This record gives sequence, C-alpha cells and structure tokens, in this order.
Amino acid sequence: MTTMADHPVLTIKDYKSDQDVRWCPGCGDFSILTAIQKCLAARQVPKEKVVCVSGIGCSSRFPYYMDTYGIHSIHGRAPAVATGVKLAKPELEVWVITGDGDALSIGGNHFLHAIRRNIGLKIVLFNNRIYALTKGQVSPTSEQGKRTKSTPYGSIENPVHSIAVALGAEITFAARAIYNDPKMLQEILERAANHKGTAFVEVYQDCAVYNHEAFSYLTDRQTRDDNILYLEHGKPMIFGKNRDKGIRLVGMDTQVVTLGQGVSEKDLLVHDEHCESPTLAFQLARMAYPRFPTPLGVFRDIEKPSYEAMLFDQIKATTAKLGPGDLNKLFASGDTWVVE
Amino acid sequence: MSTTTSSKKAMATTGKRTETLEQAVIRFAGDSGDGMQLVGTQFTTASAVIGNDVSTFPDYPAEIRAPAGTLGGVSGFQINFGSRAVYTPGDTVDALVAMNPAALKVCLKDLAPGGVLVVNSDEFTQMNLAKARYETNPLETDELDKYRVYKVPITSQTLLAVKETGLNQKAAERCKNFYALGVVYWLFDRPLDVTIRWIDSKFAKVPAVAEANRRALQAGYNYGETAEIFSVRYRVGKAPLKPGRYRNVTGNQAAALGFVAAAKLAGKPLFYGSYPITPASEILHELTIYKNFDVRTFQAEDEIAAYAAVLGAAYAGCIGVTGTSGPGLALKQEGIGLGIMTELPTVIVDVQRGGPSTGLPTKTEQSDLWQAMLGRNGDCPAPVLAASSPADCFWAAMEAVRIAVKYMTPVFLLSDGYLSQGSEPWRIPNLDELAPIKVEHPTDPADFAPYRRDANGSRPWAIPGTPGLQHRVGGLEKLDVAGTVSYDPANHQRMTELRAGKVENIAAEIPPQEVYGDEAGGALLLVSWGGSFGAVRSAVERAREDGQDVSHVHLRWLNPTPRNLGEILSRFRTVVVCEMNMGQLQMLLRARYLVDAYGLHKVRGRPFMVSDIRAKIDEVLGGR
Ligand code: SF4
Repeated sequence: MTTMADHPVLTIKDYKSDQDVRWCPGCGDFSILTAIQKCLAARQVPKEKVVCVSGIGCSSRFPYYMDTYGIHSIHGRAPAVATGVKLAKPELEVWVITGDGDALSIGGNHFLHAIRRNIGLKIVLFNNRIYALTKGQVSPTSEQGKRTKSTPYGSIENPVHSIAVALGAEITFAARAIYNDPKMLQEILERAANHKGTAFVEVYQDCAVYNHEAFSYLTDRQTRDDNILYLEHGKPMIFGKNRDKGIRLVGMDTQVVTLGQGVSEKDLLVHDEHCESPTLAFQLARMAYPRFPTPLGVFRDIEKPSYEAMLFDQIKATTAKLGPGDLNKLFASGDTWVVE
Repeated sequence: MSTTTSSKKAMATTGKRTETLEQAVIRFAGDSGDGMQLVGTQFTTASAVIGNDVSTFPDYPAEIRAPAGTLGGVSGFQINFGSRAVYTPGDTVDALVAMNPAALKVCLKDLAPGGVLVVNSDEFTQMNLAKARYETNPLETDELDKYRVYKVPITSQTLLAVKETGLNQKAAERCKNFYALGVVYWLFDRPLDVTIRWIDSKFAKVPAVAEANRRALQAGYNYGETAEIFSVRYRVGKAPLKPGRYRNVTGNQAAALGFVAAAKLAGKPLFYGSYPITPASEILHELTIYKNFDVRTFQAEDEIAAYAAVLGAAYAGCIGVTGTSGPGLALKQEGIGLGIMTELPTVIVDVQRGGPSTGLPTKTEQSDLWQAMLGRNGDCPAPVLAASSPADCFWAAMEAVRIAVKYMTPVFLLSDGYLSQGSEPWRIPNLDELAPIKVEHPTDPADFAPYRRDANGSRPWAIPGTPGLQHRVGGLEKLDVAGTVSYDPANHQRMTELRAGKVENIAAEIPPQEVYGDEAGGALLLVSWGGSFGAVRSAVERAREDGQDVSHVHLRWLNPTPRNLGEILSRFRTVVVCEMNMGQLQMLLRARYLVDAYGLHKVRGRPFMVSDIRAKIDEVLGGR
C-alpha cells in the first residue's frame, strides 16, 4: 500500500512543463491553464496518470505547457485520439483541450460521438468566438452580424450553442465557466474531473488580439451582475445586481421577470442538475445575451455507465466464460483437417 | 476440363467411367436465397479434407435485396481444386451448377466449352425465364449444345426426399442446395461425411431440419449413382501439401487471426479501430469476437476517428490497428501523417477495391499503392507490404505489427477485395513457428529523451502511467532527441532525413528477393505484388513447363524494396509489371531503378486470369 509519505505533495508548479507559454499577453488561456493545474494539484493526481489531448488552435498548444503526458493532435480529432488513450488505459485521467472551431466546426462529429458514448473524457472547450490561430476569421460560435476578416459585411451564420449540442448528444455532465472567475472555474473543473463518463466544460475565453472584450458584458463590473445567472442546484434562478430578477417558465419558454410586481420566488424555475430529462438544461443552454442572462455553472450532472466500464465488463465476462485467449485453440477452431 | 493430364479411365462398378483430373473449377450459382455460399464452403472443406489444394472465390449479388430470380440477385461460389498447387480460383469454370435461369444466364459465359452444366430443370418456368430475360427456354434450344448438360429436377426430387421429415413446403424446398451438393459430390467423388457432420452440429437444435438436409444430400448423391444421365464421374487426387493441420481461411479472417496472434506474442492488448467499409468490415466482425484475448474493438464514427483512436491507443501502449478500403484510406491520411510525425506504431490494413471515389466497392483492384506510398502531405514515407494470398494475410499481418513496433512507425498492409473474400487452406502454425515480437517500454527517467533513437533509428515507446517519463508528442516538428517543439530549419532537415532513414533501415531485415525461374536472368521477367501472385505464378509455372524463357519476381515489400531487386531487374531483357491498376508499381520501379519496365494493367474488378498473363508472355516472347 502506498501512503501519502511515499508521494511528495504535488503543487501547481509540478504540473508545469519547462516550455515557455507562448500565448499573447492578456490571453484568456492563461487562467484556464492555471485552473487546470490547480484542479490537478487540489486532487493530488500523479502527473504520469494525466494525458492532455488537444487538436489545433491557440488553445491546443496547451499540452506542451503541462508536465504530464500529452498529444497535440490534428484539427478537430482530439476526442477521437483521446478515446483511444482512454480505452487503452482507462485508469488514466484524460483531458481534451479544444476550441470553438476545433470542437464545433471541423471536429463536430467527434465531439458528438464522444459525448453520446459517455466515455470518460474531460472536454474543456476554450470558446473565444473567433479563429485566432489563423488570425481572425468567423467561428461557429461568433454572433450573427460579426465582422471578421472572412465576413467583412457581417456574418450571416447562426451561432451554435455548444452546451445545447452536447445535451442533444445526451451529455451526462455539462457546465460553463468564464476565464476571469478562476475560483468558480477551478470548482467546475474539479467536478468535471470527478465525474464518471464524459464531462464537458465550456469556458468563455477572451482572445486579446482578434476578439478582445467579446465577453465584456460578462466581465465588466457595471454590467456583469445583470448579465450572469449563476446556476445553483435546488435554488430558484435569481440574478441581477439587486437580485431582483428571475427566470420563469411561460408555456414552453423561459422568460426574464422582475421580482415584486406580483412575481415571487416561488414562481421561478428551480435549478435541478440531476434532472433525468435534459429539457430544462436545454432551455438554459439556449439563453443568450442580450435577451437573457448567461447561465454559468453546472447545467447537468447525471449518472450513466461509461463506455469504458461497459467495454471492460464485456471483456471480463467473455474471458470468464471462455477462459483467457489460447492461440492454439483459436487457430484450430472451425473445420480442420490433417494432411499427412 | 482442359487440365486433364491423365486419361486413366476406369470402369466403376456401376458401369460408369471415372476420369482422373489434375485440377477442376466448379461454380455453384443460384439465387441469393438458395444457399450457394454455404454449399460452396462445404464443397471446399470436403475437397480440402481429401487432400486437394483449393482456392475459392465468392461472387455476391451486386445489390443487397435484388428480387428473387432476377439477374441482379444471382449469388455464386467458385472453387478451384487440384492435385497440383492451386493459386487462383480459376479462369474458367469446368462445371457449373445453375439453380435457376438467372444463374445460368449470368454464369454461362464463364463455363468452358465442353464443360459440365447441371441445371435445376424445375426452376425453368415461364415466370423464372422472364425474370432472367430469356425469351425462349435455353433447355429447349441449341443454345447449350456445346456443353455437357444434365437437367436434374432438383426441387421436386428434394421435396420427395425430405417428405417424411414433416417439414412444410417452404422449409423442405430450402434443402435443395444440399441435394445439388449431393449430385456434385457424386460427380467429383467427394465423401459425404464431412458435410453430414457439419449438418448435424449446425442443426443440432432442429433435428427435423438436420434430417431433411442429410436426406437431401444423400438423395442427390444417389441420383448421380443411379440416374442414367451421368456416364462419367471425375476424380482429383491429393496435392503435395506440407503435412500438418489445416483449416480454410479467407483473407480477412487470416488478417484478424494474424493481429490477435501478433498482439499476444507482443504481450500487449490489441486495439482495432475501424469504420464499416466494404470489403474490410469482416476484420472488425472477426476481431470483436476475441474479447477473451483482450482485443478491444472500436467502431468509430468515421474513418478519421478510427485511425485517430488507434493512434491514441498506440500512444498508451496498445498494438493499434485500423482496417479500411480506398476511400476510407483517403480520409485517414492526415492522421497517418500524425502517426509518422509522432513515430507511433500502428498498422493500416487497406483492403483495396475498385476506385476512384466509391468506384466498385465489391470488386477488387490494386490501385491504392500510390496512395499508401505517396498520399500524405510533406515528405512522409511509411513502410508498405502486401499479402499475396488469403492465407498469407495471416503472416503479413504478423509481419506488419512486428515492423511497426520495432521501427516505431505506421505500417501499411495492402490486401484487396479478392484476397479478403477468397479462401484457401491455411496450415495452422505451431506457436514455436511464430517469430517473437519484442516490445520494450522504458521506465528509467534518468536517461530518457522521447526522440533519442536506437540502432534501428527508432525512438523509445514510453507510455502514460510511467512515472517520470511524461512527454508530449504532436504534429509540430520536434527537436531531435529532446522532442520539444522546434522550428529550427536545420533540425527539420535532420528530422526529415531521420524519419526517411528509419524506413530505409527496414530493408536490412527484408530477405533478399527470390526469383522463381532463372536467378541468372533471361528473356522475360514478370513482376507482381499482392493478390496478383496466384495468376502470375500459375502462368509462369505453365509457361516454363512449355519451355518458355520467363521468370517471376513477386514483391512482398513495396517500401522499402529488397536490397537485391535492382540487380535482379537488370538481368532480364524485358521486365513486365503485372498489376490490377494502370501502372503504379511500374512507375515506382522505373523511378527507383531506372529500369525500362513495361506493364500489364487490368482494372476490370476481378483478379487477373492466368490466360491474361500467358497471353502477355506469348506477346513478349513471340508465341509458343
Ligand atoms: S491570438 Fe488570441 S487566443 Fe490566440 S493566444 Fe493570442 S490572445 Fe490568445
């Protein structure tokens, strides 16, 4: 048995590689890097047990900055590469680091299927609503009308809500955090890390160069409290600087209401992370600025068997039934005959 | 049967003549619901058990649910069996069993003049003739005059034979394939016991069905024995096969067995990631059964994910293998580039089919050689080898894994539609015949660098979970030895050369190329690779028996090539590369060796015929 004494206590420094971090000054990626390192240190995860798998994009340089195992793979394919890692060694903690273009555009298919399998990956999507590495084109999360290098007259595309997509694939853990709230970010990452099955965390991240202040409505002291809805399990959905606004359900739709004026707390929606049906979480996932406050926190957290658990159950059951594989027996199965 | 060499004719006790043949080709053809694949397989096993060498090829209907009795629904199974080495399923058919008019119409063109034709005369009704687009009944015209036609009322005779088992009409009729098999067993003097044993075990739970099939088989056999219409039966003797225990395998089965064996020898779990694609899917189906060998199969969401997952599994210490066919390989190539950049051991089996694009999914071709050799961005060489026969897929799969882990590289294994679906006897190896596969994972952090190379040029395979060896791999160029990201121009030059050099190093352990024929050179050398082996070897064997100055080189390794290949090519006046594409190996050999190689190119969706090759030999050497 190993004891604490066998392992020196790991600090955030231990998870840093010797490589210089090359993101631009002021980039929102830094705080996410630190939050993940803190999340590992808080849980004392041995460095050799962690694999960070990324695709392509600014955020995908992430593995090089971690003193863990890592694969900087190809554009969009990180969930698939990570799936192979997890199925090879299910005891590893496998993080998928991706961006809005990487996960939702070129890698949409893998994102969807990793989630529906409920494989034990921790997918962290750095959403800066822009293609930053390629210097400023519209991304699948850019808002309609956005002017970029590839949309000089304004984007005519509808943005995708990543959590809604994840819920469509029956995600078992979905959450959203923002780069400038490191405490909440770390808490959410820890919950994601401890979740069995796929955990998806969207992190709003400021690209200081190509989409600076895209999230100022959520970070600006003046406006943020009126624009953020903190999700708390079992609590009514109240927000606003004066905590006087809430969310209620009218028909099939959510609506922003002001408390008082005939509306009381008991009329409001109460958050339920563990709700079997994803309907409430889906409503929340579609709430977007400026009509609605932006929900931050855990949208959904339910239990389902993971893909790897079921795969290894099948392997175990078959081995118990047939005995461990014997090549002689395997070769000689079916009709055989002897030539003298 | 043109291959009759001995005209030894004996009068059997029944007053029927027996002819001894060196080799014969038979095809069972019927509607896809008629169970032709099944009786074809039974005939194959029975022939193998009595010591014939065998090669088979199934011909499935092009459409999955073509209406019964139509030309599109014809399913066939061809068997070439002989008392000499058999390398191909045969060019033309010596005996055809046609279960309905459609089968006759589709297959007649392949029946040799003078060949045996057994037809189920019961099925030649107005309606069935119309479905097969016959305006007149061919059994009543002179259309079949050049064949030895045996009209057997197979359906009604079957019903009669199984009447007492109490099966309903539909179930009883379903036994007619066994009746036909019985007739053919008599005709070719095969024992019934192997098939009876198979029936008994297959239908153990439904004794009435077992009984009915047995009766149908026996009744067909008895029909041959007693009916006046057959005056001659044929005997094909034992082939000189290497002693041992045998079983019949298709190329896809053999490849699956090879991967399981390789992973077991390496002491590692096998991870097979794949996306369904014709004609490679059976490898996935086969491997998913072997869970007690710790085989982990993963049906991915697409071709790209299949390889990506394999690469991830390889990074974490599995034997990573993916299988695909042409269009799927095109999708995987970016990932394979990452595999070459990260220097991780994986195997890509490409079961080639007719291309380009969707092409001819169920038909064979050898047109992915360039794709395997050249189909990626950057200077991105990978080892490429090709299996030469269905059973050889086993050995080629083992070799691909051994090279992948030794040289830390993706390896291409080229199979093709014909090898994958065709079958032949496989001599089951003893475990001590299998070369060990050595895998080492470093554990000592003291001296570890992720891109420090060994004598083979390979970097260490350090796997996650090993304390102190944390390292990052990726698609960006890496600094030699240290493995950190590097944009240094001199380093990129060096790393590109190291990656290429590593692949070239494999040549040191490839056995020198053998020449079938005249090592010293001569008038004509035929060069083949992959599934063309059988046709070319058969043709060259026979041409040499006829005194023609022709030799054969069959390449197993296409990249790198054997060290002595250039030397061999230079010893022949004419070199012809025979391949089922428009000259892919031909171009590579010309480029590598500055040899004026000619080509024999066929892309008709089926393997070469021996006669194609012989015609080419005659053309070059000026006839026999
Ligand atoms: S371009 Fe934007 S996202 Fe990329 S590193 Fe710079 S600030 Fe960060």
